[in-house]
Amino acid sequence: MKEVNISELERRFQEKIDNDIRIEPKDWMPDEYRKTLIRQISQHAHSEVVGMLPEGNWITRAPNLRRKAVLLAKVQDEAGHGLYLYSAVETLGADREQTIDDLHSGKAKYSSIFNYPTLTWADMGAIGWLVDGAAIMNQVPLCRCSYGPYARAMVRVCKEESFHQRQGFEIMTTLAKGSPEQKAMAQDALNRFWWPALMMFGPNDADSKHTQQSMDWRIKRHTNDELRQMFVDATVPQAELIGLTVPDPDLKWNEETGHYEFGAINWDEFWEVVKGNGPCNKDRIDTRRKAKEEGLWVREAAMAHAEKRAKRKSA
Amino acid sequence: MEHLFEYVLRIGDDSLILGQRLAEWCGHGPILEEDIAMTNISLDLIGQATTLLEYAAKIEGKGKNADQLAFLRFDKDYRNLLLVEQPNGDFGMTMMRQFFFDAFRKPFFEALQHSKDEQLSAIAEKSLKETRYHLKHSSEWVIRLGDGTEESHQRIQESLDALYRYTDELFYSDEVQKAMESAGIAPKMDDVRTEWNKTVDYVLNEATLKIPDNQWKFEGGRRGMHSEHLGYILADMQYMQRAYPGLEW
Repeated sequence: MKEVNISELERRFQEKIDNDIRIEPKDWMPDEYRKTLIRQISQHAHSEVVGMLPEGNWITRAPNLRRKAVLLAKVQDEAGHGLYLYSAVETLGADREQTIDDLHSGKAKYSSIFNYPTLTWADMGAIGWLVDGAAIMNQVPLCRCSYGPYARAMVRVCKEESFHQRQGFEIMTTLAKGSPEQKAMAQDALNRFWWPALMMFGPNDADSKHTQQSMDWRIKRHTNDELRQMFVDATVPQAELIGLTVPDPDLKWNEETGHYEFGAINWDEFWEVVKGNGPCNKDRIDTRRKAKEEGLWVREAAMAHAEKRAKRKSA
Repeated sequence: MEHLFEYVLRIGDDSLILGQRLAEWCGHGPILEEDIAMTNISLDLIGQATTLLEYAAKIEGKGKNADQLAFLRFDKDYRNLLLVEQPNGDFGMTMMRQFFFDAFRKPFFEALQHSKDEQLSAIAEKSLKETRYHLKHSSEWVIRLGDGTEESHQRIQESLDALYRYTDELFYSDEVQKAMESAGIAPKMDDVRTEWNKTVDYVLNEATLKIPDNQWKFEGGRRGMHSEHLGYILADMQYMQRAYPGLEW
């Protein structure tokens, strides 16, 4: 009897998905769908929060007041994205603190790009332009994701990301037309961030274990390789426009396909960074863990105070 | 005009240095909500500093802009309070520093709205809106931490004891201040102090915290005599402008 019910529920669920009807928190959904979303949305939330660190690294050294203010606003947006993504995870029945503990224990992942260091001011440009640019490619289709709360969060996130991408490109443009040392700084940042940015889309389709199921559930709308190609096609002309060179000797325009062909990605590096062997993995997680540990007394105090107030009110 | 330049610098530098200090918290807050709050307050302060230093540069009339004032002065030329350059310490220290400052800034901007200097009056009106939120935020945290757990009470009492000696300087008065007061440009510091005392008494009482017995007072920032901390703040803040002079960013 139970078996029949479940397959009927699954049929109705898939029917909604196929008709582009959003799944909402209280709707029935398969366990695997729920787990996939919890994994994906919490990874996304962690990426926003860990992603504050490489940029936070340059706020106090921003070269002028306007850049400092813009960078502050950007990092503040990221914290905000983290917050509503954690809220979206909670609608699936996950516990925010538990997902954060999973990040700190290494069980949960976040975007590997944030395990690369920000060495110069130009990295603020490269991150905005390439990393937020790649994030937009990933996230715009997520605005049509089958899970309602995630899709709605993405609408707002994408608006802000597009502003971030523009400000990053503007930093790069300014540097590229600046002094020789500024231009060299911009080129160096592009050299270091180009390949990790391409890796942000994840493994090639043939090696991506989650892609097909996520496409069937309409969590994802494009494969990793499709998104990567879209990113390369959009970004290469931007680099040319400002006179920077994409660090890929195999890069060439294919007239027939209407796409750029690009060189092989170093997947060994990608997997090493995912495993924890990137230049900054340890620093990033140690920093987040330390923030949580050192904030414990503050959170305890806030709880204790709230309880005291509630007691006084009821007395 | 020299007095006015000096006076505007004082207000602008307070915002600049405290904004810079708060920015150090980015990504390290005790909860994500506080990362957002502290970044937001820092952003408000950097915005205030920009407007005030632009105005100061105009008064000075040497063709400089706000960035040149913010990034290319030497430590003795900064006019901020010693309070705002004190290290962040733990979250309680940061909130206590913020509270003492916000409790001053609110009555200060309220009065500065009526300044005879139209530019300052306009800046005060805009900044006051922000400052009201800042004060609400910092006083709520002082109360929570003071009247929270035993540990939090002890920690924030220690922060209060460490920072209290920098609060008298909030009301620093010298010939610049007096000249600005008599020109109807600056608020009367005695009035601002009365309001500050009221807020501080109320909040510390709610927080079950005590003003320390040691009433020793420090001053110097308004005269360019700073603590050791300012040098490091400037080393960070000025790095790009010093390493790559005269470039557009």
